Amino acid sequence: MSAAIMEVNAEARRILAVSISKLYASRTQRGGLRLHRSLLLSLVMKSARDIYHSSRESEGPPVGGEQPSTEEAMDACSGCPGEANPGHREPQPEPESVEPAPEDPEGCDGEITEDKENRSPARQSRKRRGKASAAPDFLPSKRARLEPGEERYAAAPLGSCCRAGAVDSLSALSLNRVIPAF
Amino acid sequence: MAGPGGDMQWCFSQVKGAIDDDVAEADIISTVEFNHTGELLATGDKGGRVVIFQQEIENKNPPQFRSEYNVYSTFQSHEPEFDYLKSLEIEEKINKIRWLPQKNAAQFLLSTNDKTIKLWKISERDKRPEGYNLKEEDGRYKDPNTITSLRVPVLIPMDLMVEASPRRVFANAHTYHINSISVNSDNETYLSADDLRINLWHLEITDRSFNIVDIKPANMEELTEVITAAEFHPHQCNTFVYSSSKGTIRLCDMRASALCDKHSKLFEEPEDPSNRSFFSEIISSISDVKFSHNGRYMMTRDYLSVKIWDLNMENRPVETYQVHEYLRSKLCSLYENDCIFDKFECCWNGNDSVVMTGSYNNFFRMFDRGHRRDVTLEASRENSKPMQVLKPRKVCAGGKRKKDEISVDSLDFNKKILHTAWHPQDNIIAVATTNNLYIFQDKVI
Repeated sequence: MSAAIMEVNAEARRILAVSISKLYASRTQRGGLRLHRSLLLSLVMKSARDIYHSSRESEGPPVGGEQPSTEEAMDACSGCPGEANPGHREPQPEPESVEPAPEDPEGCDGEITEDKENRSPARQSRKRRGKASAAPDFLPSKRARLEPGEERYAAAPLGSCCRAGAVDSLSALSLNRVIPAF
Repeated sequence: MAGPGGDMQWCFSQVKGAIDDDVAEADIISTVEFNHTGELLATGDKGGRVVIFQQEIENKNPPQFRSEYNVYSTFQSHEPEFDYLKSLEIEEKINKIRWLPQKNAAQFLLSTNDKTIKLWKISERDKRPEGYNLKEEDGRYKDPNTITSLRVPVLIPMDLMVEASPRRVFANAHTYHINSISVNSDNETYLSADDLRINLWHLEITDRSFNIVDIKPANMEELTEVITAAEFHPHQCNTFVYSSSKGTIRLCDMRASALCDKHSKLFEEPEDPSNRSFFSEIISSISDVKFSHNGRYMMTRDYLSVKIWDLNMENRPVETYQVHEYLRSKLCSLYENDCIFDKFECCWNGNDSVVMTGSYNNFFRMFDRGHRRDVTLEASRENSKPMQVLKPRKVCAGGKRKKDEISVDSLDFNKKILHTAWHPQDNIIAVATTNNLYIFQDKVI
């Protein structure tokens, strides 16, 4: 991998890390999430992701064990601008920006006359799925979760919804150093 | 900088606000606006307060023309609120103040926070009634048996009292955060804009408004731009513009249709590909748009520049002024410290010959359109002796720094001038630093 490409990679990853931490921090801001700011953050993240991916493509196939995890983290990021954008249900409470996920995205199309009263218990739960369940690792989940071998952050500078563990999949991006600043 | 009668220099007139370095957040000035005559100057702050200063002219004769702005009225316009449905706090910060043209003895202004617009009446009381027939001076009613004659109360002079009262509250019409309000030239309606919608109100009607622009996509995941500012044309009551986070400005004609989603004109300059970076989208986002007083031009402010557009030419601005181009190589640091998100405003002088905008280190910039000259000045306590002439400042972008120049790395990015205003007729400017308001006047040599 050439030095220039490595530098671009590192820069892109750093900017991604900074952007994610800003997105987290803005959730606890007075006045609620700012749509304009969130949009700009997601655009920067998208640029950084695109540049990272295009520089990786130009460098060739991955060389070591470390790469797949960062790639996975970056790929998780590919959902980011969409996920991180204010339309996403989880990070924010604004109901206007929430698009309700379809009740049963896969199963409903052909089954208009399904008997909802007498569904067998083995059937898929009625809990809404859709995009919310496809949230990438590093975005906070409402379910309590502890990454194996990781402790929770003692202080919670980001508010109660955030988990250090959830963020850890990007640990290669030195996120640990960035988060405490917020 | 040349003006009528020769070179113009700016000198310090007054500074308002506390002197401490420790700034209370509530005191941070968030908007500044002269009224239509320039006699009144209103400021709004993060604590939801409005302070109005009134001009008192000491010497009417040029070139010794001098005036002073003193506090006229202070009131709490907005209070913090809580939206229980969304579990969101609504900040009391005053985002914008706009004056209504004066129609009678009282003054009216619109002030807005993120969600609610209020119409305030500011009126003077300098007389009070005295000599009631049936009441004592303290308001207690007299025993009717003691009343033997009839007298009519008379109005006697009293110390001037300025009262501010909320006359209308325009609430519950914005889901997103209000960024602009603009009074129409018809003096009956005004618009309010949030990130995705623009509403048209009648000043007398508070329980409903018309939505005239809605750019919310059906699927929020497809959102690519938001509305950043909006303004009515100064003379054409059917025309308004709104700017976007993508650097475009749309001019809309309300006669064309009720919903102005389809613009009449789209002003956009193609991006210079050599300037492309991670932050291109952020720095192209327009933070302010202002029509010229004559209504032929409009000015937009993005992060690094000010652009003047001719309303008859959509494909590029007629003039572009670089405010602080030396920051282009620092965008990454400015992103990290959040400065890249700062929203600078801009303003025209009375005859549209000069435009002004703020920068960092308490610098502000003026661009003389006619003479193609620009100047950088500083609002600071060090230069605040009465009538002290402001010395032009210069930032050294790189290389050898000359004496009196300041290097980019020494700039204080916490000292930013986001809000400035120019008196509608005279060369008097109001420049807001974090928590101080500086007033400068011209000095004709």
